[in-house]
Amino acid sequence: MKKWQDNKGWLFILPVFLIVAFSAIVPLMTVVNYSIQDIFGPGERVFVGTEWFREVLTDQRLHEALWRQLLFSGLVLLIEMPLGIAIALLMPSKKGFGASVVLVTLALPLLIPWNVIGTIWIIFTRPDIGLMGATINALGLTFDHTASGLHAWITLMLMEVWHWTPLVALLAYAGLQSIPPAYYQAAKIDGASAWSIFRYIQLPKMKGVLTIALLLRFMDSFLIYAEPFVLTGGGPGNTTTFLSIYLVKIAVGQFDLGPAGAFSIIYFLIVLLFCYLFYQVLQSAEEGEQS
Amino acid sequence: MKKRYIVLTIYLVIIMLPIYWMLNMSLRTNADIMAKLAFFPTDITFSNYMKIFTDPSWYSGYINSIIYVVLNTVICLVTALPAAYAFSRYNFIGDKHVFFWLLTNRMSPAAVFLLPFFQLYSTFGLIDTHIAVALAHCLFNIPLTVWILEGFISGVPIEIDEMAFIDGYKFPRFFFFVFVPLIRSGIGVAAFFCFMFSWVELLFARTLTTTAAKPIAATMTRTVSASGLDWGLLAAAGILTIVPGALVIYFVRNYLAKGFALGRV
Amino acid sequence: MAQIFLDEIAHSYLPETQKEDEYALKRIHNIWEDGGAYALLGPSGCGKTTLLNIISGLLVPSSGRVRFDDTDVTDLPPEKRNIAQVFQFPVLYDTMTVFNNLAFPLRNRGFDKDYIDRRVREVAQILELEPFLNKKAAGLGADAKQKISLGRGLVREDVAAILFDEPLTVIDPQLKWQLRCKLKEIHEKLKLTLIYVTHDQVEALTFADKIVVMYEGWIVQIGTPQELFEYPNHKFVGYFIGSPGMNFIPCSMEDGKVKIGNSLIPVDETTARLANAAEGKLELGIRPLYLNISDTPVDGAFEARVKGVEDQGSHRIVTVDFEGHPLKARIAENDTVPQGKAYLTFPIEWIRLFADEHLIKENKEN
Repeated sequence: MKKWQDNKGWLFILPVFLIVAFSAIVPLMTVVNYSIQDIFGPGERVFVGTEWFREVLTDQRLHEALWRQLLFSGLVLLIEMPLGIAIALLMPSKKGFGASVVLVTLALPLLIPWNVIGTIWIIFTRPDIGLMGATINALGLTFDHTASGLHAWITLMLMEVWHWTPLVALLAYAGLQSIPPAYYQAAKIDGASAWSIFRYIQLPKMKGVLTIALLLRFMDSFLIYAEPFVLTGGGPGNTTTFLSIYLVKIAVGQFDLGPAGAFSIIYFLIVLLFCYLFYQVLQSAEEGEQS
Repeated sequence: MKKRYIVLTIYLVIIMLPIYWMLNMSLRTNADIMAKLAFFPTDITFSNYMKIFTDPSWYSGYINSIIYVVLNTVICLVTALPAAYAFSRYNFIGDKHVFFWLLTNRMSPAAVFLLPFFQLYSTFGLIDTHIAVALAHCLFNIPLTVWILEGFISGVPIEIDEMAFIDGYKFPRFFFFVFVPLIRSGIGVAAFFCFMFSWVELLFARTLTTTAAKPIAATMTRTVSASGLDWGLLAAAGILTIVPGALVIYFVRNYLAKGFALGRV
Repeated sequence: MAQIFLDEIAHSYLPETQKEDEYALKRIHNIWEDGGAYALLGPSGCGKTTLLNIISGLLVPSSGRVRFDDTDVTDLPPEKRNIAQVFQFPVLYDTMTVFNNLAFPLRNRGFDKDYIDRRVREVAQILELEPFLNKKAAGLGADAKQKISLGRGLVREDVAAILFDEPLTVIDPQLKWQLRCKLKEIHEKLKLTLIYVTHDQVEALTFADKIVVMYEGWIVQIGTPQELFEYPNHKFVGYFIGSPGMNFIPCSMEDGKVKIGNSLIPVDETTARLANAAEGKLELGIRPLYLNISDTPVDGAFEARVKGVEDQGSHRIVTVDFEGHPLKARIAENDTVPQGKAYLTFPIEWIRLFADEHLIKENKEN
């Protein structure tokens, strides 16, 4: 695409640059500061080099949290992506009252504050007052996410899928809506089956939005904090202690600024790595469409 | 044809079920909730809602949330519009790097920035102000806004700009009276996302406020962690946090599908 | 290959239709001969795409039947009708190679691998697509993409008709001409029934043996390009075909002559007789090409005033004012253009009279 060659562009991005620099670079420098110093109090600090990094990298609980986190994000993506696409395929393709109702209902969970999501699911799954908890218990199964790690995981996964599948569905739906009707007509004339239409028309046309959905869902599930914090508080035991929860525990709970700083930087680098990989995939997908 | 709508309806009912359950709770007294499990509230009471509307420690939470969300949306749009325009229209030194760096902020864990944020905002005396939360939310909302708007702006041919300059438009006049109306649906979609992510975020909002700017979400968290929960009251507060979001979706419902497709989000 | 018979077809997009105005198609009844190259010509919104979709089966008409030869196909879906359709914008399976795109309709119908391979190569040769067979279809130019769309129709040997819905809209002008020639060539080689929707008369005139002109949901005339030019059945055909369109002047009959203002223009006896008997608003129509104009008074000429001249390269269009009506006349490039006063003659054999917008003609013909 044609663009003007002009460094005047910097003038336009200056406000954004300043605000984000203020909110990102300064704190990041602070984190770096923490990570290489031992801080006893105001003005009392000792340079410790890479000690905190070594400590964090060998921290067994961090390793556990990382694997837990990867497993959680992986499972969430495995469920949400196909489910979201399936929902999008079921949605009415024509504008109208029906489509509006579906869109508004789907978007509703996305606009609930994250801790309220946790609250909703506490209320919903409690064995004494919750519809789901009580129903499961009435069926003769014991269900209590405060006692069983497995139950806590099931509850969190359910909540996460309930909360975020609509985002995937909305994105996939937008991708489907952008397919001109002539494609379906041509496929009909060519005698294509429903599966062929999905495989050769719908899926390729949704590629762009699905990459974005994957990116957003990976990031947000990898950074998940508020919902498990409210629902399980990281427990029972450490079974639902994800990376963010563990980090906040170290930083705010124990006020171990050094390890917290080192942890933050490693966490940040992991996300950055994934983010870079996804970004490359996204770029090549776009180039593939244009060529 | 019919079968697919049955499956879709079942899914939508499942989506609504937990929300409905909370609504059900919010219309009952705590004693009633603990006494029996009922799918419909039998003695409907609005006492939970009345308490929230009359108790300043509750309702001020809503006002605080709305203030910083609106502030954040305005800051994001005002600063991101020219930036998105620059990324879409100009080649300049380091443009790709800056764009990527901006995006990384959308992807950085909030927990990483928690403590430094607290220190930074303390230094500037911004703790417990609305502007502090609004600024903090800019960290992830500005990159997103720039990203969405860049997609929309790139959908407008650059020839339109050139034509306007040939016609003798000065830049500010062109930008506000010609260009902004052209991408107004994009601005709507971006505003929707700013509102959404600022409204649902809790970590920053809770850390950077104590009383004067405390968001409703934090008020609720404190209620949750206290012993002897009033479930009815909590449910009512939860229901009320859904209302602004539901209103916003209702207004942008026709742009939702289009916005997702055009802006590359 | 088949003859297509449209039996009293009418279509409305509204569920319950009473008024005639609400029909997108109003009582279409005609036969499309096997192996003919037809152009469906008309302005936007005249119902030509609706008619095309009814033939292809993408739409089921509100009333009437569609028959291919003796088979009633009205309720058959498109894939069972043995038709192919090329759309306005190239429709391709982006992720597939050109070969796979062409093979797709055959694979869906379960043909064996060797047959598919042979057919695809044959068609690719006809369309000159051989060099691209192993390339991704998405990366090709618009003209190659439209050829692939066409090829997906041609690979099926049983195909009864190929329908084109303004297929050259997105093609560059110089390639348009090439593709049209290719189409013509394929038509002659394969003797397929082709139906080609367009709003561009040049495209229609160069492509088709027979042109079907549509207007507001009606087929107003079917004929060869020459028939449409010389005997437009309806005022609309006169306007729409030819550049510029036919001149029309309101007139009346007096003493077996056409009276316009104070001028009396002679017409032949048959026309005069029919015009006297005709009811409704009477108009005289004449093509700009046949309206003679000179700068000196000639025998039987009528005086007019020159209003303007347009140079169109090979010829010029002179606009004159005749009895208060604007008329256009076409003159050759090296003829002198009259200044101020001009003298018009209306050749008897080219005068057409219209009553209520319909051509006055003897009923026995056509």
